[in-house]
Amino acid sequence: MSTRQFGAPVQRREDPRLVTGNGRYLDDLGHTAYECAFLRSPHAHARIVDIDIADAFEVDGVVAIYLHEDLPGAVGEPLPLLIPHPALIAPRTGYCLAKDEVNHVGEAVVMVVARDRYVAEDAVARIQVEWSPLPAVVGLERAREAAHLVHEEAAGNISAHLLQSVGDVDAALASAPHRLTLDLSIERSACMPMEGKGVYARWDAQDEKLRIYSSTQTSTGVRAAVAAKLGLPLAKVECIAPDIGGGFGAKIMHPWPEEVLIPWAARLLGHDVKWTEDRREHFISSSHERGQLQQVEVGFDDEGRILALDVKFWHDNGSYTPYGIIVPIITSTQLLGPYKPRSYRVEFWSMYTNTVLVTPYRGAGRPQGCFAMERTMDAIAAQLGIDRAEVRSRNFILPQEMPYDHGLMFQDGRPLKYDSGDFPASLAKLKALVGWDDFAAYREQAAAEGRRVGLGIGCYVEGTGVGPYEGGHIQVETNGRVNVATGLTTQGQGHQTILAQIVADELGVPLDDVHVTTGDTRRMAYAVGTFASRGAVMSGNAVALAARVVRAKALRIAAEALEVSADDLDIADGIISVKGAPDTRIALSTVAVLSNPLRYAFDESAKAATQFAGTFDPDKPPIADDEEPGLEGQDFYSPTQATFANGMHAAIVETDPVTAEITILRYCVIHDCGMMVNPMIVEGQVHGGVAQGVGGALYERMFYDESGQLMNASFMDFLIPYASEVPHVETDHLETPSPLNPLGIKGAGEAGTIPVTAVIASAIEDAEGFPIRSMPINPSELWALRREHSQASATKESAP
Amino acid sequence: MKPGPFVYHRPLSVQEALSVLTDVGHEGKILAGGQSLIPILNMRLASPSHLVDINRVPGLDEVTVSSEAVRVGALVRHRQLERDTGAYAANPLLRQALHCVAHPAIRNRGTTVGSIAHADAAGEMPSVAVLTEAVMEIRGPSGVREVAADDFFEGALETCLDHDEILEAVRFGRFPEGTGTAFLESARRHGDYALAGVAAAVTVTDGTIVSARASFVSVTEVPTRLDLTEAVAGQEPGAVDWSVIDDLVQEHISPEADIHATADYRRVLAGELTRRALAQAVTR
Repeated sequence: MSTRQFGAPVQRREDPRLVTGNGRYLDDLGHTAYECAFLRSPHAHARIVDIDIADAFEVDGVVAIYLHEDLPGAVGEPLPLLIPHPALIAPRTGYCLAKDEVNHVGEAVVMVVARDRYVAEDAVARIQVEWSPLPAVVGLERAREAAHLVHEEAAGNISAHLLQSVGDVDAALASAPHRLTLDLSIERSACMPMEGKGVYARWDAQDEKLRIYSSTQTSTGVRAAVAAKLGLPLAKVECIAPDIGGGFGAKIMHPWPEEVLIPWAARLLGHDVKWTEDRREHFISSSHERGQLQQVEVGFDDEGRILALDVKFWHDNGSYTPYGIIVPIITSTQLLGPYKPRSYRVEFWSMYTNTVLVTPYRGAGRPQGCFAMERTMDAIAAQLGIDRAEVRSRNFILPQEMPYDHGLMFQDGRPLKYDSGDFPASLAKLKALVGWDDFAAYREQAAAEGRRVGLGIGCYVEGTGVGPYEGGHIQVETNGRVNVATGLTTQGQGHQTILAQIVADELGVPLDDVHVTTGDTRRMAYAVGTFASRGAVMSGNAVALAARVVRAKALRIAAEALEVSADDLDIADGIISVKGAPDTRIALSTVAVLSNPLRYAFDESAKAATQFAGTFDPDKPPIADDEEPGLEGQDFYSPTQATFANGMHAAIVETDPVTAEITILRYCVIHDCGMMVNPMIVEGQVHGGVAQGVGGALYERMFYDESGQLMNASFMDFLIPYASEVPHVETDHLETPSPLNPLGIKGAGEAGTIPVTAVIASAIEDAEGFPIRSMPINPSELWALRREHSQASATKESAP
Repeated sequence: MKPGPFVYHRPLSVQEALSVLTDVGHEGKILAGGQSLIPILNMRLASPSHLVDINRVPGLDEVTVSSEAVRVGALVRHRQLERDTGAYAANPLLRQALHCVAHPAIRNRGTTVGSIAHADAAGEMPSVAVLTEAVMEIRGPSGVREVAADDFFEGALETCLDHDEILEAVRFGRFPEGTGTAFLESARRHGDYALAGVAAAVTVTDGTIVSARASFVSVTEVPTRLDLTEAVAGQEPGAVDWSVIDDLVQEHISPEADIHATADYRRVLAGELTRRALAQAVTR
């Protein structure tokens, strides 16, 4: 018997190719293509008075220069609003090239196509634009003041306003024995994949067919968007996501202006065209996330149980809202984490600012929600003098209360209903892992050495695997090779490994025979994309279902060939045999030959199969009415709702008593993503997520000045933590299977990122003894906070 | 992020390099390790019309240790100097500081002399140059002139180098016997430009301090040497209260705020790092 692959720490099969430099990323393609560069707005808010491209055309090697007025029909119309919502009262999307007005630094205004990127940039440098600057709205405070408007039709700079509530919050607050209010803020960060965006388009004039390669998280979406914009039949457009050097959310937004413009130009010019985003462009013209101001009012009883939770927050959505209000909706619902306040009201305003637009970034609104909830938990514990873990535990939803319906609407428009999880068990594991109960002694010992340490904690629940669907297609070749296709794309998650593990088990074939293709619309035309921690849940279950279709078909054919009942057959290692009589057998590859009545003896499998050709019924067609030729099958997985993963993190930090430098000494994670297909890959996801979370907690922020210039648009000043700044991550797992899908899987992709900011804030607060209400935090800011608090306490002491 | 057009020169001798630099007037820029220059070109912060790549010029990649100095040629990579055992024995501060210069990948290409010629006050090696009273060997059309490190740095990214001159080598001075050194800096991430940094050298003779000096990274406009001898001379190294130098340090430095830290914080940081560096230096 072959060993079960599901649950085994199989090494990533894609790595030998990738780490030996044989990856094929967007910029590795199309070496003979024309290349593009864009003139991007240097102003955060301005009207375009005049554009003079005459001098740019003089540069040798320039092929074409396009302005908005050159864009025909739908190409020149506003980009689509992907996800409308009734609460999105003033949606605005940009144009492929700015029309009359720009709304953030970095907005594309002029497109130059040239022999190569060097020439294109030389030409961009020679374009003269006359601007009429307008007042820029930068930061949520300015947006709320609304002294100036980003878009005239968005009154008060508000794009969306949404209120959800459960229970009578006002009454519960009024009667609560204790009340607290917290003002919180989180700053902007961004995805920062190693490979930025990129598009390469080939127009085949003979076939009148367009092929697009895009560094995207959704090739089916890009395909449909481009076909619509260019007025091409869908059948004449194909989109392929090659190897992708990271996505983290920015590449689920689509179509980006360049994804329309590059294919449009390729068709117009009859020549391959490509554009590879550089790092500066990624900073100022992709997307950001995280910026929020929050106000929490909480009422609780003497035990620390939350009776009323009243949250208001303001979400910075940047200049446009093409991705709707997914991020603030997630914040508003996932804020609740593993807890069950007796009543809850959340109200948010999504605000326009003259900055880069905001779309989901790994965690997608959850880190902010988790921050609000966990800061509140710590505040309650401090107020009542109760252990912080104990306060959390008293508010937990218990396993016997699952499924737990919060009575709210989630990001997918469906009820926010937790399917599984055992929060008390997770907390017990976390306390054991970090040594929660021994920390007081450790703190004392450190203090005796003149060191200052703190312990922090944070819990979260993450809705993963949102629908509507993903598909799997499986084909067994006559040599036994198993081709698996799923439509969602891969950016390094290890899909080639985990999907193969699932198929190998379901189909009963060796792992090495299974080959997985993702994100290629030629192989799977129906797909949603890779985001929302949905890859393993959605495509994992889809390929499992497809494998079951193929397995059933293989057994039917084998049963006929071996003249036994299909119920008596089993498949292992690619061989179908009779249970209890292993010598009565047939190879899956031979079954693949039998599945196709057109049977030229091209190869050994086909020759071997001829002995089974045998007798046939002359009155029946070679293929039965309910069959198809070929050993292949397809199925789709479509869940009724998201499945909810959860986790709990704890960290020990040290802060330097003089310099306020912050060091993470330990970082512990308990993670529950249901059944793990590959625990090694899950751990990798958690480690990477924590690293990104550390960035958001201590290093990364978008530093806009008042005029809307991004002052740190390079890796010199935008600080992504190096390996030297990321702590060793200690992990332990709890597997509470999801009852919602055949494999019991919950998503893992974003998990590591979500609570880190909350956990580090909690630990610093514990070390310093004053509240941390704003993140990220750096040593200079911590030092300033210390000074404020020591002055405040000095004033207090000297007061009469 | 592609550089503007430039003419690429690859001279095979110093003379040839000098003649190109003379020919192109103020439009020439020397390329050695390129770790600062190439990003500047790619971001089009500078667009020199002529790039003079000296990487093929022989004889510039040597580290020579004499009784007075460690002489470092214009093409010596940071990593080569960092690993040079002779240089370390002659002046341990070189290795102590080089360990803080970015990361190994950058130190493998970047040159020590290049970073001094670049004269970024956030660079570690300009600071080491002034503390060691280095001598700059500058070759121009009419031969070599020698300039003391104190006179070399004129402002942010500005030196006394003329457009037709090459900083051919730097001779880092050696400290007297009984000198301990330390280099400390605090950066947001390991290898980043420091928020503040300090190089310190303390000389002890017959059990008492006879000299103490420090130079700084990122908190002075140009690298300068601060003599702290008067404050601590005659004291026993193990019994010094290093806070006596606080006022001297605070008077000497003039940190500015940026997006990573306030000026006040940098003052506190520089003061603490100086105390720690001096305390560390006397233990060596």
